[in-house]
Amino acid sequence: MSNDVTIAEICVAACSDIYRESGELLAHAVGIVPTIGARLAKLTHSPDIILSDGEAFMMSEPPALGKSAAHGGTIEGWAPFSRIFDIVATGRRQSIMGASQIDQYGNQNISLIGDWKKPKRQLIGVRGAPGNTANHRVDYWIARHGARLFVESVDMVSGVGNDRAKAAGLKHHHLGVIITNLAVLGYDESGRIKVLSVHPGVDPQEVTDNTGFPLEASKAPETRIPSDEELRLIREVIDPRAARNREVPIPQPVG
Amino acid sequence: MPDKRIELSDAVASIESGMTIGIGGWGSRRKPMAIVRELLRSDVKDLTVVSLGGPDVGLLVAAGKVRKLIYGFVTLDSIPLDPLFTAARERGELELQEYDEGMFVTGLRAAANRLSFLPTLAGIGSDVLAANPHLKTIKSPYSDDEYVAVPAITMDVALIHANRSDTAGNIQFLGPDPYFDDLYAMAATRTFVSTEKIVPTENLLDEGSFHTLMLSRMYVTGVIETPKGAHFTTCEPDYGRDELFQKHYAASAKDPAAWEAFTAQFLTGDEAAFQAAVERFHAEQEKSLV
Repeated sequence: MSNDVTIAEICVAACSDIYRESGELLAHAVGIVPTIGARLAKLTHSPDIILSDGEAFMMSEPPALGKSAAHGGTIEGWAPFSRIFDIVATGRRQSIMGASQIDQYGNQNISLIGDWKKPKRQLIGVRGAPGNTANHRVDYWIARHGARLFVESVDMVSGVGNDRAKAAGLKHHHLGVIITNLAVLGYDESGRIKVLSVHPGVDPQEVTDNTGFPLEASKAPETRIPSDEELRLIREVIDPRAARNREVPIPQPVG
Repeated sequence: MPDKRIELSDAVASIESGMTIGIGGWGSRRKPMAIVRELLRSDVKDLTVVSLGGPDVGLLVAAGKVRKLIYGFVTLDSIPLDPLFTAARERGELELQEYDEGMFVTGLRAAANRLSFLPTLAGIGSDVLAANPHLKTIKSPYSDDEYVAVPAITMDVALIHANRSDTAGNIQFLGPDPYFDDLYAMAATRTFVSTEKIVPTENLLDEGSFHTLMLSRMYVTGVIETPKGAHFTTCEPDYGRDELFQKHYAASAKDPAAWEAFTAQFLTGDEAAFQAAVERFHAEQEKSLV
């Protein structure tokens, strides 16, 4: 086992694990770590998932990280935005999205901070989060796990959480996991967030202290460390310029 | 076939205060910026703007042209937020309908199909419903499902920028994504299309396959030849986004004094003056690098 694995690499492997049961569907991944995770999944345990270039093309061989199909790779299909909404509606897609706020039921906010009529900070808007969560599996990637992000109550529900989905009768709603720089979170039977694993080198108390609602972390196992082959693929094939380590705050080696 | 060529100023002169205008493109991609700049020069106000927004929204909002905004998002893509839009939003001065992206498209489809609404799952359970009290849900007549009944987003005028057109208004999109420009045109009473280049009809297939002819002249009121008419947004494959200029736009937009200087430098003259000012901007940037 490598002894210089970074938190970012552990998170990449955790993102990759999201796709183990996916089969042939479009892997939509927002952020550098999730993008690397999807590519790692395709190169290892989930060769059938469909990657995109982040623009209009499905790629059997993706272009270099951060580049579109115009810069290389192999196109296997065309999915301009109008087709994306059709694909969302068929459910043949999964998203790893970011979040500005998440509550204990997984309600996510990316729209604004403060009041709807006169927000303290206008963010990007709800974008596709309501439709994504109504139609297919959604996971979240949080590069900075903090108590201002994991809150009692979010200011504008963009991605729908488990409590609201149940109340509204959303049949295709499926929240997967939340991968943060400290831990991997899931949901218990009541739909509340629970800790699935804490990353090696992270004090479980740090997870509890950095969450704005009660979250027990002391009994959780350690998150798995990527295998030597996964590390080689991450470092030499997918992300040779180590963009992953810029997305996670302190890329300290964890042992 | 009819000749629908029209001057930029005449097209914009036909847009009246209080109208609903739809602006094609997506974020900071293939926006009809020359038409937007002409709108900034006009005395039109109180517009309802329909857009998957980019700098088109920021510029019109900052110029006081917008009474109401119907949108899925406002972003500059390579820069997440448009400072002119966020500032107006944080002052609480805009009347808004913020939709999920898929809901927005559903509203366009309803208008294009001449339906008063279309149902969608997108939005159910989210605060989009609370933020848009005009939205109603509808029970399926066939199951126990409930959907959002997205009202038709009709518009008086749609504004689009395309790669090529003929003089009759047969429109060609050569880039990787046509976005929803065809739907805007079908949802609107009138549609003006600015284009990089007007070509003879028999040359329309010289640069792209027949799949690129996605918007027929039957939906087009007028065509305007405006080279670089999407600047500083993308117009693939003719040109990419002018990232340097967009950075300058976004930085200037954050500071009132800098924005005044930006306006004086770029937005006081006509379209030709704008394009000349952009060339001078790049020449100066290059000089400062030497």
